[in-house]
Amino acid sequence: MSAKPDMSTTQPPDADMVTIEVNGEPLRAKKGSMVIQVTDAAGIYVPRFCYHHKLPIAANCRMCLVEIEKAPKPMPACATPVADGMKVFTRSALAHDAQRGVMEFLLINHPLDCPICDQGGECPLQDLALGYGKDVSRYAEKKRVVHDKNIGPLIATEMTRCIHCTRCVRFGQQLAGIMELGATGRGEHTEIGTFIERSVDSELSGNVIDICPVGALTSKPFRFTARAWELTSHPSISPHDCVGSNLNVESRRHKVMRVLPRDNEAINECWLSDRDRFSYTALNSSDRLQSPMIRDGGRWQEVDWSTALEFTVAGLRRVIDQHGSNQIGALAAPASTLEELYLLQKLLRSLGSSNVDHRLRQSDFRDDQALPPFPWLGQSIEDLESCQSVLLVGSNIRKEQPLLGLRLRHAGRKGAQIMAINPVDYDLAAPLAHKIIASPADMILGLAGVASALAARGKATRDRLPDWLSKRVPTASEQAIAQVLATRKPAAVLLGNLAASHPQAATLRALADLVAELAGAALGVLSEANGAGAWLAGCVPHREAAGKAANAGRNAYSMIREPLQAYVLLGVEPELDCLEGGRARSAMEAAEFVIMMTPFSPASAPTAAMQYAHVLLPLAPFTETDGTFVNCEGRWQSFTAAVRPLGETRPGWKILRILGSRLGQPGFDYSTIDEVRAEIDARTLTPSSNLGERLLPPELRVDTNTLQRIYEVPLYRIDSVVRRAEALQQTADNPKPAARMSAVQAASLNVNDGARVRVRVAHGEVVLDVAIDTRVPDQCVLIPSGYPETISLDAHGAVSLEKAEKA
Amino acid sequence: MSAKVQPGSPVELITADSRAQIDRWTTKYPPEQKQAAVMAALNIVQQQNGGWLTIELMDAVAEYLQMPRIAVYEVASFYTLYDLEPVGRHKIYVCTNISCMLCGSDTIVEHLQKKLGIKLGETTSDGRFTLKESECLAACGGAPMFMVDRTYYENLTPDKVDAILARLK
Repeated sequence: MSAKPDMSTTQPPDADMVTIEVNGEPLRAKKGSMVIQVTDAAGIYVPRFCYHHKLPIAANCRMCLVEIEKAPKPMPACATPVADGMKVFTRSALAHDAQRGVMEFLLINHPLDCPICDQGGECPLQDLALGYGKDVSRYAEKKRVVHDKNIGPLIATEMTRCIHCTRCVRFGQQLAGIMELGATGRGEHTEIGTFIERSVDSELSGNVIDICPVGALTSKPFRFTARAWELTSHPSISPHDCVGSNLNVESRRHKVMRVLPRDNEAINECWLSDRDRFSYTALNSSDRLQSPMIRDGGRWQEVDWSTALEFTVAGLRRVIDQHGSNQIGALAAPASTLEELYLLQKLLRSLGSSNVDHRLRQSDFRDDQALPPFPWLGQSIEDLESCQSVLLVGSNIRKEQPLLGLRLRHAGRKGAQIMAINPVDYDLAAPLAHKIIASPADMILGLAGVASALAARGKATRDRLPDWLSKRVPTASEQAIAQVLATRKPAAVLLGNLAASHPQAATLRALADLVAELAGAALGVLSEANGAGAWLAGCVPHREAAGKAANAGRNAYSMIREPLQAYVLLGVEPELDCLEGGRARSAMEAAEFVIMMTPFSPASAPTAAMQYAHVLLPLAPFTETDGTFVNCEGRWQSFTAAVRPLGETRPGWKILRILGSRLGQPGFDYSTIDEVRAEIDARTLTPSSNLGERLLPPELRVDTNTLQRIYEVPLYRIDSVVRRAEALQQTADNPKPAARMSAVQAASLNVNDGARVRVRVAHGEVVLDVAIDTRVPDQCVLIPSGYPETISLDAHGAVSLEKAEKA
Repeated sequence: MSAKVQPGSPVELITADSRAQIDRWTTKYPPEQKQAAVMAALNIVQQQNGGWLTIELMDAVAEYLQMPRIAVYEVASFYTLYDLEPVGRHKIYVCTNISCMLCGSDTIVEHLQKKLGIKLGETTSDGRFTLKESECLAACGGAPMFMVDRTYYENLTPDKVDAILARLK
């Protein structure tokens, strides 16, 4: 309601602005905007189905017809640009007649099945029919019937209800970047669908459920389970990636029924990734651990909290007495809350151990001391859209942080050149201006080439570059990437999850930092989930909360490689969450005492935890606890529990609080979670991405001649919650784990697609199917982690493959 | 662009000759808008395939013009001149729109159906003719009319129809 009649007279005339009159009220409007945008901004309601403020304009539903002075007929408000002096009437007899007429046409073929339609109660068509429809239909002929389509495990279709607004089609084209749905046929025979039977595979597909104005596309997992008006909505934050998408968790009788996006222009706009939207299905699964359990003398038994805590305290005391407190280590899932992570490290440190870490999928920690206080995007999420050049290093951003991928596509549409140095030729659903697809070892060389090309442009850097770098002659693509980064501003270099788990991650980080400095680009580091929060909470061995230096303990990798006597696991399933699942299992098996805080019973997972754990403490997932997640912009977002904890489940911060007290440690007598949060004083910290010191090795040793494993964790295998979200597991993003390789590589092994190969690494071997994958460079084999089939394989190093017999 | 076709690519289904024809069309548009040639391309591969389009051929066109497959399906399913199911050697499009109807297209349709022993939309069992109803083909001056393959025949009478069909093998 910002525009008021007097504004046009008091404000100086602006060449970019015009004044229009809507229902007699003068409004200022930007030249080139559409009538509906002006009325929306002024709070004047115009009915619509096909218009959506985030989608390109189609003007095909005609519901927004309004009267415009001097126009011979009603005009669609969504596709009529404003003009100075234009007089618009949204509620005149002509406009209202037109809107009622359109409504009658739209309802001709729409079934009257609201009582059995999931959209009922939150349906724009239903709502507008009330305002603009007739109470009796004049249409007595046959209604059209359209066959339903099976478009995958996430979206239910009821295509007879479709009114052909094409919002879902435009969403695919313009936002998801992949057109999967289309309008086929003509006139009355037009159908929205995939034409041939196939699933819609976009990682953002669930958004079409929200934008569909009728019940044609609805949520398959939610279908027929509740009515919109029975649900209570609770604001929350997504724990699955470092975006921190805003959610509405909707519950009925203390059960989460579905998750919807909550508008936040600065973060997720009005969208949500499928992972954030559908992961909730795991929270109601029968896999949930509902009461504490202890294993005493080889037998598991359910016990009350008091017994479990006593048992835990006794176990920890025993280990400390016999082996010393530095034989205790804590591993935390990066999806834990800031408060949980803070209390976990406080507990460990108060016991005298600094062995605490959340970086479960990393192996190179050489630059720990040089790292900034927390991994930071280097700019705001919104600013990402205005970048003119972006270099992704080791990042499948589309699947790792789906909504950042969306921002990059926006940037691309505005002219940004997107480039990548990746071990796999990932489809980012956006055109790549230049790319270097190389083995993990060659990625280092590629990035070094870019740095050397930039250095050759004469820009000074604080470092003396080692010879191998300054003497490297850049290839054509390295030159091209350097050229784009140096000339198209603002520029950004983004390090993704694959860079973090790279065998020489520190070198990669140093080079990326150097490239960013030389090119004058922002450096951004994308971490897993609440990685930023974990750093701020002090859940790393060498820093306490808020970046304060600490006596360094052991990092996650070293805790697994050189086993300890006791482990405290916060939301971690070691085999699936650690870089080296097989070694993680061995470490746990060798330990004297293992405490597992987990929302799920390990009996339901492909882990051996029922054999090696000694205590299971039911941990509240994000919907059942208060907490805070810090996103990649450094934005703190606190939330409260949406539903009460299931069974005997307790929020992590309360479990850790009482553990601290029972162990006799001072400073654990919090009465509210706010007191915990208040102890983490990060006000003095300035976010930064730059390294204190760049670890550029004096000599580069990369082994480029042996077959290398490329390690990745597919997006629906990253944490214990999504791994149990049944619907997500059935999507095309979760293919059966295989040894993926190029046709050339397969030919050199004399195997075909679907053959079996024995995969051997330094530690571990498995037999997998071969999948020919054109995205994988030669001399490499892509093997996903996070699956029971590949647990026993080391992540890095030389691999040997040989043909195996068919099972 | 027609230089090399990756082995195993769906584009292999388009013959070299058809590709050359499509290339003549794509040169008429800016390179980043070569999808504009989709209608011509579909026509060309339809000819190549004996008058109808398979899903595989549409996929090949999508690949060749670098556009989403569904966007090709949209075009192919929208226009009546594309056939998505097997057709006879000759396609007869009888206009039944208003001018032809007023001048007796009903008689022509009835005659054709009786003579060929098929209904509108069907193909004769010997695979010789497919009979289709068409909207106005812009030859109202010669109503009633039909189009066989790519040729217009106007001022039709049952006798004239017999004579025309007799010439088509």
